[in-house]
Amino acid sequence: MYTMKKILLVDDEPNIIMALEYSLRKNNYDIYIARDGEEAIDLAEKLEPDLVVLDIMMPKVDGYEVLEFLKSHDTLKDTTQTIIISAKHKQSDVQKGLNLGAKEYIKKPFSMKKILSTVNELLTPKN
Amino acid sequence: MSKTALIALIFVYLGILFLIALFAEKNKGSKLVSHPIVYALSLAVYCSAWTYYGSVGMAAKSGVEFLTIYLGPIIAAPLWIVLLKKIIQLSKVYNISSIADFISLRYGNSRSLGALVTLVCAASIIPYISLQLKAISETFEIVSTSTLGIEGSSVMTDSTFYIALILAIFASFFGTLALDASKNRTGVMFSVAFESVLKLTFFLIVGVYVTYYVFDGTTDIYQKASLGLDLNQLSTINGLSGGINWYFSIVLSFLAIFLLPRQFQTSVVEFTNRKQLKTSIWLFPFYLFLFNVFVIFIAWGGLLILGEQANADYFTLLIPLHFGDHWLAILVFLGGLSAVISMVVVSTVALSTMLSNNLIIPYRFIKNLTRSKSFKNEKTIKNIRRLCVFSSIILAYLLYALFDPKVSLFSIGLISFLIIVQLAPSFFIGMFWNRGSALGSKVGIILGLILIIFTYLLPFITEYVTGYHQFVDEGFLGIESLKPYSLFGIDLLNPVNHALYWSLLVNTGAYLILSVIKKGNYRERNYGEMFVNSEKVVELKENAYVWKGEAYVKDIQNILLRFLGQAKADKALRVFRKRYAVNLEEKLADARFINFSERLLTGAVGSASAKILISNVAKEKPVSLVEVLKILEENKETISVNKSLDEQSQKLIKLTSELKSANEELRIQDQLKDDFLDTVAHELKTPITSIKASSEVLSDGQDMPEELQHKFLNNIIQDTERLTILINDILDLEKMASGRDELNLQLQSLNGCIDDAINGISSIAERKKIEVGFHSSSSIIIEFDYSKMLQVFTNLLSNSLKFVPEDNGKIEMLLEANSEEVIFKLKDNGKGIPEEDLHLIFKKFYQSKNQNFKKLQGSGFGLAISKQIVEMHGGVIYANPNIETGAELIVNLPKCIQ
Repeated sequence: MYTMKKILLVDDEPNIIMALEYSLRKNNYDIYIARDGEEAIDLAEKLEPDLVVLDIMMPKVDGYEVLEFLKSHDTLKDTTQTIIISAKHKQSDVQKGLNLGAKEYIKKPFSMKKILSTVNELLTPKN
Repeated sequence: MSKTALIALIFVYLGILFLIALFAEKNKGSKLVSHPIVYALSLAVYCSAWTYYGSVGMAAKSGVEFLTIYLGPIIAAPLWIVLLKKIIQLSKVYNISSIADFISLRYGNSRSLGALVTLVCAASIIPYISLQLKAISETFEIVSTSTLGIEGSSVMTDSTFYIALILAIFASFFGTLALDASKNRTGVMFSVAFESVLKLTFFLIVGVYVTYYVFDGTTDIYQKASLGLDLNQLSTINGLSGGINWYFSIVLSFLAIFLLPRQFQTSVVEFTNRKQLKTSIWLFPFYLFLFNVFVIFIAWGGLLILGEQANADYFTLLIPLHFGDHWLAILVFLGGLSAVISMVVVSTVALSTMLSNNLIIPYRFIKNLTRSKSFKNEKTIKNIRRLCVFSSIILAYLLYALFDPKVSLFSIGLISFLIIVQLAPSFFIGMFWNRGSALGSKVGIILGLILIIFTYLLPFITEYVTGYHQFVDEGFLGIESLKPYSLFGIDLLNPVNHALYWSLLVNTGAYLILSVIKKGNYRERNYGEMFVNSEKVVELKENAYVWKGEAYVKDIQNILLRFLGQAKADKALRVFRKRYAVNLEEKLADARFINFSERLLTGAVGSASAKILISNVAKEKPVSLVEVLKILEENKETISVNKSLDEQSQKLIKLTSELKSANEELRIQDQLKDDFLDTVAHELKTPITSIKASSEVLSDGQDMPEELQHKFLNNIIQDTERLTILINDILDLEKMASGRDELNLQLQSLNGCIDDAINGISSIAERKKIEVGFHSSSSIIIEFDYSKMLQVFTNLLSNSLKFVPEDNGKIEMLLEANSEEVIFKLKDNGKGIPEEDLHLIFKKFYQSKNQNFKKLQGSGFGLAISKQIVEMHGGVIYANPNIETGAELIVNLPKCIQ
């Protein structure tokens, strides 16, 4: 049976979440939302999402911590892929994110098209 | 020769002298005028009418004792040269123009000491001039009437007064040709040298005349004299007491050669180059020797021919007149006149310089002179000096009029010497002992004078003037040990030497004791050190300064202008600047310049007045002896090279450290700027991201329900607003931080502003059911910028609204004032501020992690901007750390904004 892929959106900016949620739901993805890193870790553990769309700059627990959690988690490290969306543009930031296991690093302000194509690509099974 | 003819002759002679002086002035550079022999001959001004006439008189009375007056200088010639060199060095460095200047400078530029020395010199010179007048008058009589001068008869007629008058007028114009007292008077000195030649020549002529013409040579006279006269008395020294007396007399003349103002003038002030000293060391003793060669023979001859009744002083005239050789008598008279004129001119010039520089100008005229222009100053000072010359001679005449004609020339001369010798301890000891103090000097001189009066003048006067003998015979108040001619029983010495012994003993004793007991002030010590170490001072010139001061170059220039005139002042400045490569722009004068100027002025108005003038415009700072010694230790070259090297390396070190800290500052600022830009960029990108995402969604969403469309559109609007606020806040903050923003201050009610802020957020507060209260004891009216403070209060309220719980949120505001400031407190019962964030909340971009979720209505700049605004008003804003629950923010504003 075809199950919808689960995407966990993590960002503290509600307006961005809203746009992402609408766009991705329209593309048949199951969407879950976390407002900060703490929530994200909670939900990731519970849901075991296929993809996490992760902002870095968040209050309390930031995106890097989430990445680290995911990377060191027994199951999640295999099941869950991560896309980083961030306003931080420096090469060092990008490198850091990728080193922590993110599959893609998309810079804010992003184009919705780009997000969709990246998500589709990552979640399409390759044989 | 008739009186009128003789007077005419005198006028002609004076005219010749004037012409000679003018000639010399015009030809200053010529070989003749600048030959060192001129200097050496001018020293012969030592030989006045006293020598010319009086020595013969003395020889006739007491034999070879007259030689003592000339042995002093002869014996002392080598020592004299050494000492003179030192004195000359010091005088040239300090532009010293008289012995009063010299002594006063040595003792810390003491005005009072300078005045005292001047008075001593006056007391010495004026009687001496009287002596000259007496000689002129008597010789005038002798030559014009051919009267055989019988001892005791001198006819005092009006002619003496006229002679005195002529002399006075001549001297006052002749001598004061130049203002700068320390510059040489070539013309005058040349004519003095001329007169020296003349008087020696004529004296030798009459000597030769008597010895070889009247008699048949020296052996002839000697034989005749040994037959007819009591030679023993006349050619030997009488035992021990004679020997001691000789000794003292030689000492007396040795000291006089330095201290007599006319000697100081010719040997020191008029000195220009070393060759002069070399020539003088043999020429002057030789001159004295020549002068005295025939004295004893003339004396013996006179006694043999004219007998003991004749006035021996004038044998040189009487003998030729006796044989009818009038022409020779006239020559001799002219010789005597030369001796008188040169002595009078040089002495009065020296005296007038001293009177004007050390007495009149410092004590009376300083104020007037500083106000008027330079040429006027020059004229005034010249006139003051002329008046001094004139009055000295007239005064001398009056003194002469009081004399008992019986008094011999020789004894008057000795009084003059005795008085001037009182300067000896201060003068000589001061050059080798730096401890000598002004007080010691003054007291020593005064005591010495008192002793002279007691042991010589008083008995002289009582015996010869009043005829009261008891003082001499029985002593002061009848006390035997206080007999004026033999104090405490010492009766070995003749009256002059007795006076000399006691006065010098007491003078020197007082000087030494007082100098040891009480140290002089720093100026005395420093000048003392300079004088003792004179060679170093000469090398160092302006670098050897005694006191430091702060003064403006302008002020000093003005003084130089007033007293030296435009040309000389400019030249002086040029010289100085060239020597020291001084910056033309520099407004403050350095110590060297101040000392340089003081010395220049000393030449014009004397050291005391120069000091006064300079101290009027310079704030004096004492220089310690240690500094002085340090200065003297170092060589001049090394000093200036060291100094400049030192300065440069100091500058370098300073520059390097400045550069380092500037660099560091730049780095930090760069880093901060980077951080700031990063954060700003980040903050701007977030709402832009949202706007873009929402817009994209909208443009793609054809089948989006309307409600959702509205939502997205609202989001876009919201984010746009956020963006705008953010950008504005950033710009505001930058504007305030860079100081471009200005407060629009108005005197108004702070309460009203707070009320308005409350109104602004009232709808939000109502919606959230948050209670907002404001208490104020009175209406506080101060100066502030309304819109900016509104921003602050609104910001504080908004923050609280974000953090207090809804429904039972409470915000309390309190406004009160004390004498100096206004205090505003805002307390809420919200989440409070974590302790570590108490200061951080005022930083840019700070946004609490603990905010109620409903993200961020603020820009993160609110408190940062509020802080900037409050601080622009001169106030402070801070969070109260001692709050248990909730948060309290406090704003203090000063009542008066600076």
